[in-house]
Amino acid sequence: MGSADPPEPVEALAAGVRAGSRAAVARALNLVEDRRAQSRPRIAELLRALGGGKPDGHRVGFTGPPGVGKSTLVSALGGELRRRGSTVGVLAVDPSSKRSGGALLGDRVRIETRPEDEGLFVRSLATAGELGGLARAAPASVLVLAAAFDRVLVETVGVGQSETDVEYVVDTVVFVVQPGSGDALQFLKAGIMEVPDVLVVTKADLGRVAQRAMADLQAAVRALGSRETPVVAVSCVAPPQGIEALVDALECHRAGLDLTARRLASRRRHALADFATEHGERGVRALGGRRAAERWLGEQAPGLDVPALVQGLQEQATEG
Amino acid sequence: MIERAVPERPWIMRTYSGHSSAQASNSLYRANLAKGQTGLSIAFDLPTQLGYDPDHRLARGEVGKVGVPVSHLGDMRALMDGIPLETMNTSMTINATAPWLFALYIALAEERGVGARALQGTTQNDIVKEYLSRGTYIFPPAQSLKLTSDTIVYAVRNVPSWNPINFCSYHLQEAGATPVQEIAYTLGTCIAVLDAVRAAGKIEDMTATFGRLSFFVNAGMRFVEEVCKLRAFALLWERLGRDRYGVTDPKALRFRYGVQVNSLGLTAAQPENNVYRILLETLGVTLSKDVRARAVQLPAWNEALGLPRPWDQQWSLRCQQVLAYETDLLEYDDIFEGSRVVAEKTRSIAGAAWGEVEQVERLGGAVACVQSGYIKERLVESNALRISQIEQGTRKVVGVNCYTETAPSPLLASPDGGAGAILTVDPAAEAAQVDAVRAWRKKRDEGAVRRTLDALRAGVGRGENVMPLSIAAAKAGVTTGEWGAALRDVLGEFRAPTGVGGATIGRDESIEPVRAKVRALGERLGRNVKLLIGKPGLDGHSNGAEQIALRARDAGFEVVYQGIRVTPAQLAQSAVEEGVHLVGLSVLSGSHNDLVPEVLDALRKAGVTNVPVVVGGIIPEADARALEARGVARVYTPKDFALGSIMDDLAELVMRAHGLS
Repeated sequence: MGSADPPEPVEALAAGVRAGSRAAVARALNLVEDRRAQSRPRIAELLRALGGGKPDGHRVGFTGPPGVGKSTLVSALGGELRRRGSTVGVLAVDPSSKRSGGALLGDRVRIETRPEDEGLFVRSLATAGELGGLARAAPASVLVLAAAFDRVLVETVGVGQSETDVEYVVDTVVFVVQPGSGDALQFLKAGIMEVPDVLVVTKADLGRVAQRAMADLQAAVRALGSRETPVVAVSCVAPPQGIEALVDALECHRAGLDLTARRLASRRRHALADFATEHGERGVRALGGRRAAERWLGEQAPGLDVPALVQGLQEQATEG
Repeated sequence: MIERAVPERPWIMRTYSGHSSAQASNSLYRANLAKGQTGLSIAFDLPTQLGYDPDHRLARGEVGKVGVPVSHLGDMRALMDGIPLETMNTSMTINATAPWLFALYIALAEERGVGARALQGTTQNDIVKEYLSRGTYIFPPAQSLKLTSDTIVYAVRNVPSWNPINFCSYHLQEAGATPVQEIAYTLGTCIAVLDAVRAAGKIEDMTATFGRLSFFVNAGMRFVEEVCKLRAFALLWERLGRDRYGVTDPKALRFRYGVQVNSLGLTAAQPENNVYRILLETLGVTLSKDVRARAVQLPAWNEALGLPRPWDQQWSLRCQQVLAYETDLLEYDDIFEGSRVVAEKTRSIAGAAWGEVEQVERLGGAVACVQSGYIKERLVESNALRISQIEQGTRKVVGVNCYTETAPSPLLASPDGGAGAILTVDPAAEAAQVDAVRAWRKKRDEGAVRRTLDALRAGVGRGENVMPLSIAAAKAGVTTGEWGAALRDVLGEFRAPTGVGGATIGRDESIEPVRAKVRALGERLGRNVKLLIGKPGLDGHSNGAEQIALRARDAGFEVVYQGIRVTPAQLAQSAVEEGVHLVGLSVLSGSHNDLVPEVLDALRKAGVTNVPVVVGGIIPEADARALEARGVARVYTPKDFALGSIMDDLAELVMRAHGLS
């Protein structure tokens, strides 16, 4: 796609994405990553054309400290979902170097894809210095993938408390820990981390240590009053264990969700968070405080996307 | 008494060789032995090292390239034809498939009526360094370690003069290890293997086992330090044997090693200087009698240009012979005995190395440190430092970053403009091997093949020793690819961490102009410039690709590093899905003429246009021109040591592709 070529009609691109075409999905992702002002209208047009993604789709985010085996887990999970007949899009987010702005996107090494299977798609994305561990283009990228694939798996950088951003763009948040680290327990107990939807303990092949970690987490979750949160132990070394149980847990969580309501609520919270990041507490005060802003958001049309909501908040703030 | 009454016997002299076919390699071996070589060092091709037959999809372009293909007992017969197994000392550079090649060798010995007990030689069999540097691993670490311990237990009981493993510090140095890291990480591997052997073999007395373990080391240009490194190594090996494994027999505690001196430091520029480098590096492993190498193989002067010819290898063999037979080296006891300088340096290396051994143990041992990437990250960092020192000139390499002026070299002159100074493997060799393995499969007893393969699968699944099962399969005519497939079924496959993600490199201001250019280009393109770096084919020498990936990140590129052993179709898929602006390929196995055009075709088929493709590797001039004619934008060879200017080049290529320059 040379820069001299005429731009592709957005409607055709959107149709390609909806059909799950590898090349079209890739081009759509290139577009939503485009930072140039001149590209904004096309991005907005594409996202409108794609709608909210497949209505029966499921978006799952994976967070947790670096090195616990998130990529390997996502790879194993992707394989299992394919075996069950779902198509899968993976968005793997890696940190950018603060000094150079460059990034090493190494997750492809871990994720097994097959050229002849267009039903498993992997895209790496650098954070490009965004706070919150999620790249600027991630929300739009998730929407593109969600329009093309049945299941979207988002793997985040995993830096602890700043990982909360992922909850705005997915339906289910999975927190991944390895036995013996104690991080998750600390986070939970200190209230730094909200209770995730599903907890996964990796390296279950370690046996006793993994069992202990699982028991500790279950106790912590119960102590916080969340009886429902499943804790699943998995092992990705041959023979893999627990992957099917994890898929079941995810499907079960999804079945219990009102997806439309959850996504609407997420978009509104996301818009407020974005607004607050950009305009600070002074901006929020101009809206009459957090409560008032939430009330205003609740009155808006459910079809509005995040940029439109942020735009609305900005107008409110100037008017107010 | 300082002069020895009888001069010491010289070390075993070998040449690492093998190519095209078992028959062609056999004639080469016989010619080398006639020239005074005293042992064999077999180089296997990559399909054999990875358990594939010549007609496997992934073997394409790799058959007979970096070594000899050995697909079955018939090939082993041809390879060793006319060479007496009972007196020959044969070293095999074989790792993931070591039990299989060892089984073929034993099966051949039994067929010839030579008992396995008479065999002498070495299987390299060090899988940990494959994960860290060389890349020819197949199975996950725990499963691989079980196979290693099987061969050791079997050899100690049944082939008592065989060295079933060569712990390799060699490849760690190639991956960038400092002397301290070289010792520490190798000893970490020793501990992992020895603990596994003690547990699996239920061995109480480790003396016999410990006495059969040997090392394969590397020797670089700093030969004084290398002498001290080897003394430190011997010291710590003995300490490990005594303290951890309760070995007291001094003979069993002796540090025995073979060596290939450093190939990595050999230069493509003014390659004749490599002859001096090879000789000086040889001094590091021969000067000190107490830690003198048991076996030496030397690289050839032109290895940075391509595959050496028989004459090039002969020149290196003569270097060993001149040193051993013309000088008085072998007439004295250790000439460093009593040297304060050597003792002090040895102590300092040993102390630091032991500290790092303990660090690895604290982190759960060598296998855990492979899986977490800890060791790999340290090696990638050291290598990055080494390369930047050469780039900045603080580490001098004559003919490369200083004293670069030269008269034209008559050694490189040839009617076809220099391409003749290396060996080219006949492209028809691969097709012949494909036909040969198919013919072999047709004429054997299929029932016996199926029975022994079933027994192999079932036995390994139950945790039985892989060796007797493999020997039975070898005798039944099973092929390397069938053995590999059976074990892949049972044990699974593995991909090792690349180490590039966690490695940190020092601040380098000289990259700032390139960074500014890459950043500006990203602004104009609308998103950051994204590269895909991958290694098509079976070659696992990933050090170069890793350094390029690391430096590209430092220059501000977003780098998708896909690691080793990716197919052309997988590379094309990644290029599409990731939306990259440029693809970089690294090929060191000599199979670039086959693999690179395949990648270009796959990219075209996937609809990837306007994405420049660059290639790095040991690529002869004529091949480079041919690849450029096929559509490759740039070819980089060892001459292009300045990574900073390569980065600038990559940015320019992307600019030009988008009409922005």
